Amino acid sequence: MDGINAVELGVFGALFLLVTVLGFAASRWRRAQDLMHLDEWGLGGRSFGTWITWFLIGGDIYTAYTFVAVPALVFGAGAAGFFAVPYTVVVYPLIFLVVIRLWSVSHVRGFVTPADFVRSRFDSPTMALLVAITGIVATMPYIALQLVGIEAVLKTMGVTGELPIIVAFVILAVYTYNSGLRAPALIAFVKDVLIYLTIIVAVIVIPTKLGGWDVVFGAAEEKFDVAGTGSVLLPGTGQLQYATLALGSALALFLYPHSITGVLASKSRDTLKKNMSLLPIYSLALGFIALLGYMAIAAGTTPVDGDGNTIVPALFQQMFPSWFAGVAFAAIGIGALVPAAIMSIAAANLFTRNIYKEYLKKDATPGQEAKVAKLASLVVKFGAVAAIVFIDPQFSIDLQLIGGVIILQTLPAVAIGLYTRWFHRSALVAGWCAGMAIGFLMLYSVQRVGPDGTVVKEHFGGSAFSLGKLGLDTTTTVYAGFLAVLANLLVVVLVTLVLRAIKVDDGVDGTADTDYTAEREDPSVRDLPDPLDGPGPAGGAGEASPPSVGDPAARR
Amino acid sequence: MASPIARPGDGGADARRAVPLAPRRSDRSPWNWLLAVPIVLPLLVPLYNREDPTLFGWPFFYWFQLSLVALGVLTTSLVYRAGRRGSAATHPSPAPGPHPRDEHDGGR
Repeated sequence: MDGINAVELGVFGALFLLVTVLGFAASRWRRAQDLMHLDEWGLGGRSFGTWITWFLIGGDIYTAYTFVAVPALVFGAGAAGFFAVPYTVVVYPLIFLVVIRLWSVSHVRGFVTPADFVRSRFDSPTMALLVAITGIVATMPYIALQLVGIEAVLKTMGVTGELPIIVAFVILAVYTYNSGLRAPALIAFVKDVLIYLTIIVAVIVIPTKLGGWDVVFGAAEEKFDVAGTGSVLLPGTGQLQYATLALGSALALFLYPHSITGVLASKSRDTLKKNMSLLPIYSLALGFIALLGYMAIAAGTTPVDGDGNTIVPALFQQMFPSWFAGVAFAAIGIGALVPAAIMSIAAANLFTRNIYKEYLKKDATPGQEAKVAKLASLVVKFGAVAAIVFIDPQFSIDLQLIGGVIILQTLPAVAIGLYTRWFHRSALVAGWCAGMAIGFLMLYSVQRVGPDGTVVKEHFGGSAFSLGKLGLDTTTTVYAGFLAVLANLLVVVLVTLVLRAIKVDDGVDGTADTDYTAEREDPSVRDLPDPLDGPGPAGGAGEASPPSVGDPAARR
Repeated sequence: MASPIARPGDGGADARRAVPLAPRRSDRSPWNWLLAVPIVLPLLVPLYNREDPTLFGWPFFYWFQLSLVALGVLTTSLVYRAGRRGSAATHPSPAPGPHPRDEHDGGR
């Protein structure tokens, strides 16, 4: 790349400016009386309808990093990178059945975070703290990866140095601070229009230019044959890894605090259920995006500076006129801002509700809570910028890999806890510790092997754990997170059996069975706790204020 | 597995509750089993890890998995519609009154 492409950068800059204006305008959009309330700032007033929820959750799941990394993986490894498609097929029925119960119980009891739920359900501040810390730690590298997405685009346009990324994130930080969850919801709309436009044009134009889909797949097959690594179909030993990675990623996705934030902000169960049949439209787009990796092979595209993440931007630059490449780059750049904003809000909610209010200042007022949450969201974002600027981006990618494995360890408490309270609270803590330890050990032992058979990376080289290491006579690999959560569950069950046998107290459930199926129309379901009414959004049963008098009556 | 219906035995927690109970409802439905299809089918990798039959130059592996997206949409929409019919039948009133077991009044 020689010099800066002025047309691309101009279009990119103009669109970026547009969303900045939108981000600031968002605070006036659908506004309730008081933005200085955590519910209002962090969950957008919990009143997003079908379409806004679609854009918000879509922006949450299909991030800039997805658009950049999935095709890069397909470019390098072939079929294995396509796991993103089954992963996003499996996830929606799971939400339809499980996460919807979290919506109900949260709206009855005023929970803002998954840790709020665990604290009340299992009467366990310890497990809630573990869930909160796991959530924050898993989210931070995820935010950093969004920056890797922006960096890839900037690099392709010939812009180097850290300053542009810092500027982009300062803008993001300021408008999230100002407008809360409304900002990403509104910007997600612009991002999606740009993304779909880019994908539709890319899928029609690029294969036609290259001579058809069979040429695209043929070129990929040829490249993998010559290179000796990767393949257009999965090798026999990689099939279990493919399936467990898809399932594990789907389970992890809705344990991530930012997806839960998106889910809780929707208006009703009905809104969510409708969305579960609308969201797969993104998966279709993702399938085509993944195949951009093969198109890059067929077009002979080479990544900028050997950075694999630039393969898609480089392909766009090669195939599109400069102005349209600018639009496509803006789609990726803005696509990074939406999830980064939601993630930082989610991490800030966790810190405020489950660490600050629980351990540092028990009598915090809703106004103080909102202020701390806003500050925490700034700290989280600057942490992510620092991680990119001062540490090797590869480190963020490793951390993200670990993030998926550790967030899975909250599955027994958060997801299974929505169905049963049979697990003992101390058993959940024991299971979490076991799952974490085993997950780390497995990831540590994974080496990355280069095409010539030498070890490129000694530890944390991927998530495919070879079953041969367990003494089994096989070279089959399996997703490390999946094995870790199985171990976690096993420990939870065994310890529960022991603790129940010796009758150790397991606290009081702060939720009722009927909470889990509550609908929006029910008198117990609250939209927005009145900021002037009592303690506000409550952490558990007992302190929850009754629904504000005007609200349910108005709906009746 | 907890029953979605409040059991008489968990009345001990009732006294602590400051929130009125939601009406008894069940989110169980035989239709939910349909959702097992888009969960299980994508995980049966050996089923579709092959080249033929190709479609528009796409190996089976790729076009089959993309068609699973459509299958997912179809099943979730079916279950959603069936659920709406079901709840309309059992809950004709959009805003059911307070629960009969709602022993506390006001709660403050």
